[in-house]
Parts: sequence; C-alpha cells; structure tokens
Amino acid sequence: MASSQEPTSDITPEGAEIVEEQRRPAYAAEPPQSSHPQPGSLPNAVRDAAVAAAVALVLAGPIIGLRTESAIGGLSLTQNWPTVAIIVAVVFFGRLLLNLTLWRPGSQALSGVGSIISRAGGKQLAALASSNTLYIGIVALILAFALPFLPFANRYIMDQAIVILTYIMLGWGLNIVVGLAGLLDLGYVAFYAVGAYSFALLAQNFELGFWVCLPMAGILAACWGMVLGFPVLRLRGDYLAIVTLAFGEIIRVVLLNWYEVTNGPDGISGIPRPTLFGIEFTRGEGGFADIFGLEYSPLQRIIYLYYIILILALVTNFVTLRLRRLPIGRAWEALREDEIACRSLGINTTNTKLTAFACGAFFGGLAGSFFATRQGFISPESFTALESFIILAAVVLGGLGSQIGIVVAVIFLNTIFELRGLQEYRMLIVGLSMVLIMVWRPRGLVSTRTPSVALKKRRAISGDLVGEGHG
Amino acid sequence: MAYFIQQLINGLTLGSIYGLIAIGYTMVYGIIGMINFAHGDIFMVGSFIALIAIVILGISGATPFLLLVLALLLVLLIAMTLTSVWGWTVERVAYRPLRGSFRLAPLITAIGMSIVLQNLVQVAQGARVKPLQPIVTGGYAIMEQDGFVVQLSNIQIIIIVATFVLMVGFTLLINRTSLGRAQRACEQDAKMAALLGINVDRTISLTFLMGAALAAVAGMMFLLFYGVIDFYIGFQAGVKAFTAAVLGGIGSLPGAMLGGLLIGLIETFWSGYGPIEYKDVAAFSILAITLIFLPSGLLGRPEVEKV
Repeated sequence: MASSQEPTSDITPEGAEIVEEQRRPAYAAEPPQSSHPQPGSLPNAVRDAAVAAAVALVLAGPIIGLRTESAIGGLSLTQNWPTVAIIVAVVFFGRLLLNLTLWRPGSQALSGVGSIISRAGGKQLAALASSNTLYIGIVALILAFALPFLPFANRYIMDQAIVILTYIMLGWGLNIVVGLAGLLDLGYVAFYAVGAYSFALLAQNFELGFWVCLPMAGILAACWGMVLGFPVLRLRGDYLAIVTLAFGEIIRVVLLNWYEVTNGPDGISGIPRPTLFGIEFTRGEGGFADIFGLEYSPLQRIIYLYYIILILALVTNFVTLRLRRLPIGRAWEALREDEIACRSLGINTTNTKLTAFACGAFFGGLAGSFFATRQGFISPESFTALESFIILAAVVLGGLGSQIGIVVAVIFLNTIFELRGLQEYRMLIVGLSMVLIMVWRPRGLVSTRTPSVALKKRRAISGDLVGEGHG
Repeated sequence: MAYFIQQLINGLTLGSIYGLIAIGYTMVYGIIGMINFAHGDIFMVGSFIALIAIVILGISGATPFLLLVLALLLVLLIAMTLTSVWGWTVERVAYRPLRGSFRLAPLITAIGMSIVLQNLVQVAQGARVKPLQPIVTGGYAIMEQDGFVVQLSNIQIIIIVATFVLMVGFTLLINRTSLGRAQRACEQDAKMAALLGINVDRTISLTFLMGAALAAVAGMMFLLFYGVIDFYIGFQAGVKAFTAAVLGGIGSLPGAMLGGLLIGLIETFWSGYGPIEYKDVAAFSILAITLIFLPSGLLGRPEVEKV
C-alpha cells in the first residue's frame, strides 16, 4: 500500500481525505464492460428498478411468501404475501431513488452513499475524534465511573452496562488479533469459553476465589491461544479464518461431550461470586452492607461487578495502547501491512503471530472468567460460533484497528439487541450491517487511525492508508 | 463385513452431497480467490425451496410412479432456478462491489451474508425443524450376513447416480464449451482475459449461478434423504463441504468431488465405529490437518506466492 512511501507526518486528516479521493477511482471503478446501469434518463432508471424489483420478487416469493408449517399428516403452507409486496416495493422505490440521485452519471456509483455518510457524520466524527481524543476519553471515563451513582441508574441499566463493557473488552481483545496483527480469527469465542470454564472448574475443584482464578484463567486461555496459533502460523488470510472457526467449534463440541469434566450440556452451576477482599455481597452479618453500615441492596453486588469489568476493560485498552508503542506492537502492525517485507527485515513472524494470538486470548480468557462469575452458571450454549461473529461484527463495524470505534459499535449492536419488537430480527440486522459497512465504508464507523510512529507530530490518518493484512 | 459395506454405501451417499456443495466453493475460490462463506447457506435455501415446491405440488409417497418422477424433476428445476437467483444476488450485492478492496473485506461480507441468509430463513420459515414424509421409498437388500441386511435404498441410488451424471455434465461444460473456456481463462488471469474480450463480471456471475444450482441439487437430495431440514443445516454442511474442497485441492473440480466422497466416508465410518458425538470434530480436524500439512490438497496445484 501507498502508506509506506509517504512520511505519515505530512498527512493531515484533510490530506488523508484528498489521498482517499484520489485513490477511490482505482478502487471503485468497475470494469468497462460492467453491467451497471447508466441511469441517465427516467425510463432507464425505472426499467432498472423494475428489474431489481422482479429479482426481489423471485427471491422473496417462495421463501418469505410461503411458510411451511408442521400440520397433521405432513406439512401445510401459510401465505404471507403482504410482506413480499412490501419488500418488492421497498426494493423498487429504493433503487429508483438511488438511480435518480446518487447513481447518476458523474456521481461515483459505489462511493455515493459512503461519501454522503462520511460527509454527514464521518468526517466530523473523525475530526472530532482526532483533535479531541483526550477530552472525549476523559469525559467518557468520568461518565463511566460515575454511572452507578447517577439518578437513573437502576438494575436494568447496570446490567446492560455490564454486558456492553464485556463485549467492549472482548472486542478490544479481538482487535489485537484482527485489527493490529491482521489475522482474521473466527474462533475467538473459544478463548472466552476456556477462560470461563477454567475459572468455573478451578473455583469448584480447588475452592479458589475469583481474584486468584482470574489471572490463571487468562494465562490458561493465552496458552490455548498459543496451542491453537501454532499450527495455523503458515496459513494466510481466509484459510486462517476457517481453521480458527473449526478450532472454536472443536472446543465447543469437546465441552459439550466431555461429561466427566465439563458436565456436558448441563453446564456448571454454583460458580462463586467475586468478593471484595473476602467480604461477600450477602444479606446479613459479615456481608458488605453490614460491615460498611449500609442498607442491604442486591444492586451493590451489581455495581461491584460493573467496576470489575470496567477496570478489566480499561486495562485491556491501556495494555493494547502501550503495546502498540513497543517493538512487539510495531511488529504486529508491520506484519499486517506486509508479511514478506517483515521477514526480510528480520522480524520473527512466528513469535509475532503467536504473541498476538496469546495476547488476544489472554483478554478473552479474562472476559470469560468475568462472565462465569457474573452468571454463576455456564454451559456450552453460551459459546457458539454466533458469539464469535457478534464480536467480530463489533470490530468490523467499529473499524478494524480502531479502539473507540469498537465502543461505538458495541453500543450500537446492544441497542439493536435490546429494542423491543426487533428480537427476532436482531441477527438479521447484524448480518446486514456487516455487509453494508463493508460495501459502503469498509474502514468502519470510525475510519481514522492513529499511527504509532510519526516524524514530527502524531496525527490521525485515514484508515485507507492502513494495510489490510494477509498474515 | 456386511456392516462395513452398509457404512460404505451410506458414506458414498453423504459424500456425493458434500461433493456437490464443494464444487461451489472450489469454483468460486478458483475464479476470484475468496471463500464464499455463504455457500453453505445457499445450500440450505435450496433445500427450503425444494421443500416448499414439494408441498405446493402435493407430492407424497403415494403419488403414482411416472407422475412422481415428473414432479420431482419439476421440483429440481424450480429449486435449481430459484436458488441460482439467490446465488447470483449474493454475488451482485455483497461481493462485486468489493472487488479490489482489501483482502479481508469479501470474507467479512461473506460471513455477514451467511448470517443474513440463516436468519432470514429462520424468521420467514420458523426455527422449528421441518419434517417431510418419505417420498422415495423402497430399496434393495443386496446382501445378508449374520442376520445383518445391507440395504441400498432407492433414494441412495438416485443420489449417487444424479451426482455422477451432474459431474460428467459439469466436467464437459468446463472442458468443452466456450463458457467453460472463459471461466478457466478468468481463473488463470482475469485481467488478461478481460483484455481479450471476455466479460469477466458475467463469467463470475455465471460461476455463482452454477455453484448455487449444484448446491440446490444437493439441498434437495439432502431433504429427500434425511427428511428433516432446518435453517441451521447450512453451517455444518458448509464447513464440511469446504473441508472437502480443501482436501481435494481447492480450485480443482475432480478434487472437490474426491474430497467430498472422502469426507463423507470418513464421517460415516467415524460414526459407525468411533464415538459418534465427536464426528464433527473429525471433519474439523481433517480440515486443520490438511491445511497445515498439505495446503494444496490431493489434486490441487501448489500456490506460488510472488513478491
């Protein structure tokens, strides 16, 4: 990529935009024989939209219009044509609108919506993020620490905050592997599972407390990261993704079937709660409320959990940010940009990849451990491939390699997951948003990156200048 | 011995289905160098379309023979046509805009597309499994030993024969027709092919169409053979078919078929003689082992990386 030829310090955010604009035609230009419509006139636009609508009708007709139901003596069909009609209408008018506005000749077909989005929010967001990172960070931090004491903080909000922070931590952990080292890991949930099961088993069999088990769970997960990372070192991009997915599934199947140790699908229950220097959050004598002379409330334990995960997540972020400035972090990013160049410069790619896997897995293990202690019950059902995809979706939506983007994306995803009436459609929306973000804004919601090395002044650069990673 | 032969027959049946799906993976990988992660879900969609067509036409085990044959052929045609439209749309919407984007981008949209298809079918058709009464019944007892009868059912014969016919037809299509020539040209060097007047985009679209059509055949066979489908069958079948494609050597059509048969056999024998609950682990381990020790597969060409 071009970034290697240009000194990064010369590129201001504006400069980056210019470079981005210049690069775009090479990127987005379709081959000359492309069948993309040339919707100069209204009839053409209408014709094109009609074709799209016809395709939508063919697609949606059988699958959505006719629903098979189990009935007595076989299957029966129920019909659902209104939905099909709505879908076809949306496709027709949506396409017509796009044809008449964004996709007119002269406006670039593919970047159309993307550039509008970036014009509307992205640029401001990017500029804001780059110039005021420190302030935004401090404000967010104060807010996060003060949240439990704000007047509107009830049980529901605290629970949601804990879930969001868990996913942010997982996202940040995965970001080390995917965003920094450029290794697409689809089996990240395996480390989450290893962490959770390590803690649960250690606590049950050896009666160790949360704070002793936490680092052990992390280290065990990191070891698993190395074990799984070692065989896949030679694999490139998409093969690596599939193999990590396979490893994730293997771990889940083993957890499901190894009754003697993991109790199979029944899972492990009665996992101990975390204590504050040995003080438990229980009602009655010797409990937290009793010792500090407070009125007992179940919310106290939730708030304590909230602070644990907040601090764990912040530690993840802090360690990642510091690692980026160490030789190892620079080696990760160099590996993402160009593996062959890395090797010829004498970087040990084996160690670099393994440390990336181990670091990512370590934080995944910590998060898993926290998950186990919060739930008090774990079973293999919590660690399906779907979970990996949700975490990956957060990293992708936020922007590969962008820490703040992941926060935005996790909050976005959690809002979708919690909206009433959308429960059924939530994974559909996750999948669609992954596709849309890649088509329109492949660098994610936050598309600026901060280089860790700069000649004069450190500035945010466009994500397009960052290599893709095919490690 | 009888038990062994029975497992062999079952393995060949399963392997044929995997092989048909694996062709879709291997062709797409050959031509644009990406793993079409959503292909397993295209197979699932094909299976559902076949199910819906069967219910509309009211086919059951009691339909007279000649009519049954015609009706099943009609179902096959419907499933292949509609599923290939799905395959085409997925390529058009999710992959074509990303050509020339960074390398992980199409893989990420493919995962997104897979999630979309799975959940779309789940929402539209319900999460429950769909049982179908057996349509093609009967079979032959080909041998008997120690009271164990080896059964070769009619549906197994249909699956193996249909797969064989499709494979022969498909190989002819790739090797003899101008479309096949265009496809092989794009596979070798898309830019050069474009310079020589081949419509690369159209060829890629057709590749997706063909892959989806074969996946639809596999989907219908799966439905007729097992009689139960749900929205999640695509994930497992997809990963196993991908394993088959990798084992046979990705990019190689005979390799995909061979890999499919091997995976089918390994899985069946594992379930027949080993711990059945770990049969998925077997397939996944083969995938990992092949990629690590034999990345170019059994019949594939080794990939040369140029700087």
